[in-house]
Amino acid sequence: MKLDKTQGALLAVTVALAAAGFAAPYWLTFLLMLALAKGLVVQGVVIQMRTGLVSFGQGLFFCIGGYGVGVASNLMGCTDAFVQLGLAVVVSLAVAAVLGLLMTRYRDIFFAMLSLALSMILFGVLVKNQALGSTDGFNVAAQTYLGWAPGPHQQKLVSYLLTVVIAGIAAQLIYLYMHSGVGQISEAIRENEIRVEYLGLSPRWLIYGNYLVAAAISAVGGALTAFATGHIDPEMAFWTTSGEFVFIALLGGITHVAAPFVAAVLFAVVRTYALEFTPNTWQLILGVVLLAIIIFLPKGLWSLIQRDKRAKA
Amino acid sequence: MGVNALKKLTATLVSALALTAASSGAFAAENGKFRLGIVTFLSGGAAGPFGVPSVNGAKVLVDALNEGKVPAPYGLKGINGLEIETVVIDENGGTTKQVEEFRNLAERQKVDAVIGYISSGDCLAVSPVAEELGVPTVFFDCGTSRLFEENKNPKYVFRTGPDAVIDNISAARYLIDTGRKVDSIAGVNQNYSWGQDSWADFKATMLALKPGTKVAAEQFPKLFQGQYGAEISALSVAKPDVVHSSFWGGDMEALVLQGSARGLFDGRTGILTTGESGLDRFKGQAPNGLIIGARGPFGALQPKTPLSEWFTKAYNAKTELFPTYPTSKMAQAILGLKAAAEKGAGKPGVMPTKDQILAGFKGLTYESVAGKVEMSRAGGHQALQDITYGEYQFDKKSGKASLANLKTYSGECVMPPDNMVAQEWIKAGFPGAKCN
Amino acid sequence: MTTLIAILIDGLTYSSWLFLVAAGLTIIYGVMRILNMAHGSFYAIGAYCGASLVGWYFTGAEGSPYWSYLLLVLAAVASGLLVGLVIEQGLLRFLYRQNEILMVIVTYALLLILEDVTKLVFGVDPYFTYQPYSLLGRTEISGLAFSNYDLMLVAVSVVVGAVAWAVLNRTHKGKLLRAVIHDREISVAMGVNVRAMFAATFVVGSVLGALAGALTAPAISVSPGIGVEVIVLAFAVVVVGGLGSIEGAIVGSLMVGLSRAAAVHLAPEIELFVIYGVMSLVLAVRPQGLFGRALARKI
Repeated sequence: MKLDKTQGALLAVTVALAAAGFAAPYWLTFLLMLALAKGLVVQGVVIQMRTGLVSFGQGLFFCIGGYGVGVASNLMGCTDAFVQLGLAVVVSLAVAAVLGLLMTRYRDIFFAMLSLALSMILFGVLVKNQALGSTDGFNVAAQTYLGWAPGPHQQKLVSYLLTVVIAGIAAQLIYLYMHSGVGQISEAIRENEIRVEYLGLSPRWLIYGNYLVAAAISAVGGALTAFATGHIDPEMAFWTTSGEFVFIALLGGITHVAAPFVAAVLFAVVRTYALEFTPNTWQLILGVVLLAIIIFLPKGLWSLIQRDKRAKA
Repeated sequence: MGVNALKKLTATLVSALALTAASSGAFAAENGKFRLGIVTFLSGGAAGPFGVPSVNGAKVLVDALNEGKVPAPYGLKGINGLEIETVVIDENGGTTKQVEEFRNLAERQKVDAVIGYISSGDCLAVSPVAEELGVPTVFFDCGTSRLFEENKNPKYVFRTGPDAVIDNISAARYLIDTGRKVDSIAGVNQNYSWGQDSWADFKATMLALKPGTKVAAEQFPKLFQGQYGAEISALSVAKPDVVHSSFWGGDMEALVLQGSARGLFDGRTGILTTGESGLDRFKGQAPNGLIIGARGPFGALQPKTPLSEWFTKAYNAKTELFPTYPTSKMAQAILGLKAAAEKGAGKPGVMPTKDQILAGFKGLTYESVAGKVEMSRAGGHQALQDITYGEYQFDKKSGKASLANLKTYSGECVMPPDNMVAQEWIKAGFPGAKCN
Repeated sequence: MTTLIAILIDGLTYSSWLFLVAAGLTIIYGVMRILNMAHGSFYAIGAYCGASLVGWYFTGAEGSPYWSYLLLVLAAVASGLLVGLVIEQGLLRFLYRQNEILMVIVTYALLLILEDVTKLVFGVDPYFTYQPYSLLGRTEISGLAFSNYDLMLVAVSVVVGAVAWAVLNRTHKGKLLRAVIHDREISVAMGVNVRAMFAATFVVGSVLGALAGALTAPAISVSPGIGVEVIVLAFAVVVVGGLGSIEGAIVGSLMVGLSRAAAVHLAPEIELFVIYGVMSLVLAVRPQGLFGRALARKI
């Protein structure tokens, strides 16, 4: 099977990141792991953005993924990483299958607000639930991998490698999806939904399919975040968390499959250094930097918005 | 973004990260100073009432320590003769962020110890990471009873502030011991774990001490809601004898203002478990007789010792304000770390090792700005102290607020033993409690 | 019976507050199609300015305390005008051609910046200026005491709503504004000075947001973060009512306010969900919001 340039590049980066995990300092691998997990959720947001829908409630599935891991590990006693990931995906797909039927009726700001409302409802349910620790959440036990329990220092490295591998696979799959027929029709839906209908396709079910895929990826991102921090709380479903995902998605743009990951790493780096050097005004620095990138980084970011763009070569 | 822009950005990012990774060696605390990480709220709603007073208290104390100006028994400069340098981190931004920043403190900044954390969620999340990374960590304020329920064999984690369960058990006892009418109780608490736990502990204690007490209303408005019109109406309609609230910060001030304006506290007793942090701010808006707690012998309730008087004066000179309980608790944590490090190190002038600090801290008894502190719970990792409640009195002529009818409960009376969860201990009737 | 009256009055006071907060947001969105996430910051800035000005007045000057109400309004107008103009002329007017979604993240970046700017200017201590609030005393209705200040706010929001409606429906400029709301492109083609309308609208929106903040300040303790708390509430009301519609904002605030008051009195456990529940229900039945116009699909 021949790999084209982008696929080759993605593969090379995945291998490089994995190798770097052995040499880099722990804080760096931790930062990268969190950023890649976040990037996965952002991929979910971007998939929906390609059809013109902005989800302000992707935190819903991010949180389901995290709590899936937590429930499996603490309440069901199962610490196998793969089972936890599987559970996270299954639960989020089940929820998405039901909610998607409602959500696909809406567009624009109403889709955004409804998605926000749904994630805040989950937030409310979790906050009310004392058994799950309310707003404090709870800590998640360390993962095992098909029966093998890594030692305390290997633990973080192994979860990092798992994250890199999953991100790499996700990137490849999304790339293929983007360039397949189905993927390109998503962009067509964004441009003009009515024409897609007249072509004989159903935008609604395509959006539904995207919604499911986005839900699954976001749950994986949530699960990996739980692996990294060892802690889950209802904040994962709060609207400001979802807002961050949207922010990063717009930063990276929707044209290139690696963009969400790069933007997520950029966001994490800027935030960490802003927090360290200006603990009193880090939000200001973050806002200014991001505004500057939006205004001065030309072209690429605009491709999201120019609806009269010609088809990409 | 366009593909070329993306490539350029990635290249820049990678080189930036590689550079920082390589240069992180320069941050190592092998410079003969004791590097202390301090984590507290510098932005958001908790900054004003808690974060900023605590970080100011830290600054005042650390500067004085480095100049050797602190009275006995803390005459040694800095920590064990070594100058203290601080790295201050904002606790705002969510738990995941705080776990990341703790790791940065430990691995990039290579701090020798961390003091901080007001939010219970952050404490719970950071505790296993502190144990994993082996960094001596002192929680100075968070009150969750779950801390040592989940971390059953703590090694690196210490808490010099009391468990929040004592706030509410002693609140209930104070009401009963001062002879107030408690036939029906109502609560308005913020809808998150702090508010929910506070109300649960208070309610359970009232029901245990006076079975048959009616629960007239339970309100849980959103954190930072600010407007309590409907809640105040609902409470007034329910006509309770006692209104309990664990509100803090802006919410607490708003509740007191709006409640007083509408007569919520007329003819009944209000009790604010964290009221002391607003003592100088209520002015005439809080009714006389409102019961106020300081979560321990802190702030305005500091016992008068040379150390505490010195601290109050020094803090006032720097900030023109008086210490409130977050300030006292931060000072208490720093002094505890110092005492532990110096005890463990044995001789002055050497950098104490981690193990020495741990050995020194476990089970330590030391003198703080808030009196004597005994690290006697959770296997020597949790502090036990008394707690005082009093009545708010405002003198219109002088414009000064004070606390009257003080009553102190010893830690042994209101703190559950290590092997029992708070709710179990309360429901079992407080076995083993030594009250006077 | 007491409970029913309490629910009505509580609902009314809360709805009037919601309307004041949401009015500016819905106008800005309706005319400019900008979902202004920084609206919460206008609210916060108005609250801080109002609290500071009134606080200064009560610690120094000798005049009658009733001037403080005028000071609140002045503070709001001044701060709203200043901040609104600076943002609109300095940043937003270069970005009008861009997509709605991009504008959202620009305003989100603005929110982050303004949060810290307010913190730098006003500090982190809560501002507690209670005098205007307690000055008006209380009224007893059916055995319950209600603050006259809250009741006064109801009157203020009625006035604001009436004025907004009158301007939009009975003046020439208002008609032009409604035309722009309906279809920006054609309005430009017809010779309407859309740029000037945008500037004016944004400033009006920011002044309204600041006014809501300044009038709320005496009842609460103004602390960092109150802006962020208000945003989601305002959005929910605006979405329920239909974007760009003042009548929608009125009805939306009433629905949310009354349901919330009912929940607090009758079923406090669901209080947290009420606003999202109302929003989901309304959107399920009327996807454009109550008064939203179904937008013609352009091919």
